[in-house]
Amino acid sequence: MPDGPDVEGWSCPLPLRDYDRIVIGHGGGGKLSSELVEHLFVPAFNGGTEIELHDAATFDVDGGRLAFSTDSYVVRPLFFAGGCIGDLAVNGTVNDIAMAGAQPIALSAGFILEEGLPMATLGAVVDAMAAASTAAGVRIATGDTKVVEVGHADGMYINTAGVGVVPEGVDIRPSRARAGDVVILSGPIGEHGIAVLSTREGLEFGTDLQSDTAPLNGLVAAMLGAFRDIHVLRDPTRGGVTASLCEIAASAHVGVEYDERAVPVPPAVAAACSFLGLDAMTIANEGKLVAFVPPEGVDAVMNAMHAHPFGRGACVIGRVVDAHPGVVVAKTAFGARRVVDVPLGEQLPRIC
Amino acid sequence: MKYLDEFNDPELAAALFDEIARITTRPWSIMEVCGGQTHSIIRNGIDQLLPDTIELIHGPGCPVCVTPLGVVDKALEIASRPGVIFCSFGDMLRVPGSGRDLFQVKSEGGDVRVVYSPLDAVTLAAENPDREVVFFAIGFETTAPANAMAVHLADRRGLTNFSVLVSHVLVPPAIEAIASSPTSRVDGFLAAGHVCSVMGTWQYGPLVERFGVPIVVTGFEPLDVLEGIRRVVGQLESGTALLENAYERVVTEEGNLPAQQMLDEVFDVCDRQWRGIGMIPASGWRLSDRYRAFDAEVRFDVGAIDSPESDRCRSGEVLQGLIKPFECAAFGVECTPRSPLGATMVSSEGACAAYYQYRRLDA
Amino acid sequence: MCLAVPGKIVDVWEEQGTRMATVDFDGIRKEICLVYLPDAEVGDYAIVHVGFAISKVDEGSARATLQMFRELGILDEELE
Repeated sequence: MPDGPDVEGWSCPLPLRDYDRIVIGHGGGGKLSSELVEHLFVPAFNGGTEIELHDAATFDVDGGRLAFSTDSYVVRPLFFAGGCIGDLAVNGTVNDIAMAGAQPIALSAGFILEEGLPMATLGAVVDAMAAASTAAGVRIATGDTKVVEVGHADGMYINTAGVGVVPEGVDIRPSRARAGDVVILSGPIGEHGIAVLSTREGLEFGTDLQSDTAPLNGLVAAMLGAFRDIHVLRDPTRGGVTASLCEIAASAHVGVEYDERAVPVPPAVAAACSFLGLDAMTIANEGKLVAFVPPEGVDAVMNAMHAHPFGRGACVIGRVVDAHPGVVVAKTAFGARRVVDVPLGEQLPRIC
Repeated sequence: MKYLDEFNDPELAAALFDEIARITTRPWSIMEVCGGQTHSIIRNGIDQLLPDTIELIHGPGCPVCVTPLGVVDKALEIASRPGVIFCSFGDMLRVPGSGRDLFQVKSEGGDVRVVYSPLDAVTLAAENPDREVVFFAIGFETTAPANAMAVHLADRRGLTNFSVLVSHVLVPPAIEAIASSPTSRVDGFLAAGHVCSVMGTWQYGPLVERFGVPIVVTGFEPLDVLEGIRRVVGQLESGTALLENAYERVVTEEGNLPAQQMLDEVFDVCDRQWRGIGMIPASGWRLSDRYRAFDAEVRFDVGAIDSPESDRCRSGEVLQGLIKPFECAAFGVECTPRSPLGATMVSSEGACAAYYQYRRLDA
Repeated sequence: MCLAVPGKIVDVWEEQGTRMATVDFDGIRKEICLVYLPDAEVGDYAIVHVGFAISKVDEGSARATLQMFRELGILDEELE
């Protein structure tokens, strides 16, 4: 369970301490709002240094192309094994920027808080975001807070947006996939989705699995340092690896083939999928990536990945082919080939 | 997972494929009854690796697919009633009724919840005494004991806010209906292993006798499915017709007696509509008189809802192996996985849905 | 009907007069109703479907079946 916010560094602790829960006034733009910014968000996101508060954060950039991404986080429960909504909010947007080959410069964080949310809960999420952004080497530079009435926002919703600069010579996007490209997966799949599912009402099961939420910008930098001409990067979040491969195949109008036996699935993930009737390939990951790399770069990229904490489990799972453009085909453990498609909607536990 | 992974061993599978190829000298059509077996076959590509002369006909063994349109409409009506918490297995949420599905009811404000077990619905009823909790009790004989226990426990715990919408179907009458059709092409059957773990194997002997077809009780992992096929082919090649049990580690001749006792207490046999096939006499279960108070059809007065199936749908002929999906005029046109007309397109493992997927490889 | 998987019974208890078990599937632990397997004990393997154990796994039979498959493989090699 979360600890309370750290009040030590506050110059004027009293106003925040009066409230142990978020009230509508915290979103009103008046004194309560600014106290929340000055005494909670700024200390957490700026490590105690003085900053000038104005409507927008500004940065110098070295020219070149910008990568820009946004994502909203509505996960329930707020806290789960291996992390919380705050970790996802930071790492998710850091990773989206990184999938363009860019290093993130800064993030924004917009909060929609439910009236009555315990201050301790908000504090714990903010602490997690501060830690995650430090680990990723990115600053949360600007943000916004709104408060909605009880019964909305499921406790809290967070939107983060991020901006980064794409290095010279790097051109990473789905349509660059080419026949001959090798498909690399950075590690075992399904941990985040199953960890969160295990707490879902009606499905609860015990597991030691933890969310794999992690910032991948360091891994991507290492990969690009080893080989500049990586064609595609994608983080397989909602819809899992299947969705990523299908979207890339469709985008680039190429065929993708992968070997089911090459995809690493932790035994606990496989077991959960077995008894619920789910497909591990469609389960969300929050700390993994899929890379499409031309054959001449594979060795260098794999070595760089294996040397990095978030790429130790990296493996080759398939390749891009000339045949069946736009379609993903799996080679089964028994040697047959099967078309793989994105499920129509959310994957639900089945009996049949 | 122990007792699962070993039965997925590709090397042992290769030996079984070789053996089947070695003993097959003539064309045979074999029907696997259970949707779980169909899933295993399609997912692993087993049908592609068997000799071309062996045809696998995917049977009506998916309770989700065969739930009639009228029953789905009853579910939608109940789920739309204010104050109701409608609980269902995940499979049923996307099955369309006459115009919408449970997902849409949820988006319109209905309280629709996915549960893993019927006991979760009973717990919900206990925790929400001011709400009516309804459980969608579908399935074959494998699921019926769980559904029966849910009703029995609700009764024992005095829960007056719990009821079930029952649409249970039975395997032996389905096999009988298929085997007795004058146009049946099925030479042998793989019976459903988990159904038999509950009911035993004794119901299938009379079917073997009457129709002179081999029936092999078969499991679900690739090695189990292949072993079932091997034994059926072995019998067909030697001209025998016997009942065999190829899933002995789980299935016994008498089955699970405590489960059968509870089934006797909670359910009565009744006629049932099978989507895509029509009415099969004595092929279903409904609540017994003793448990009538838990019958959601009565409690919510939806008994009169009865919806005609699409007359463009030929899934009945597909289910019996009489036509291939692409021989149906509606296939891929007005009938797609996104907007299915009938049983075999509703489930992702239905024959029509499976063919729809394969089409894309040739395109 | 179909989706039922083998797991190991690691704990047994009674809840409101109903026999329940914790079943372990490779580290995943689920509460399962044991009412239909009155003779099942901790250490047994059971087939689990929608929260109920419906059959024990006969471990000797499982091993025998796998052995039969292995012998088939050897036999096929000899026939080639």
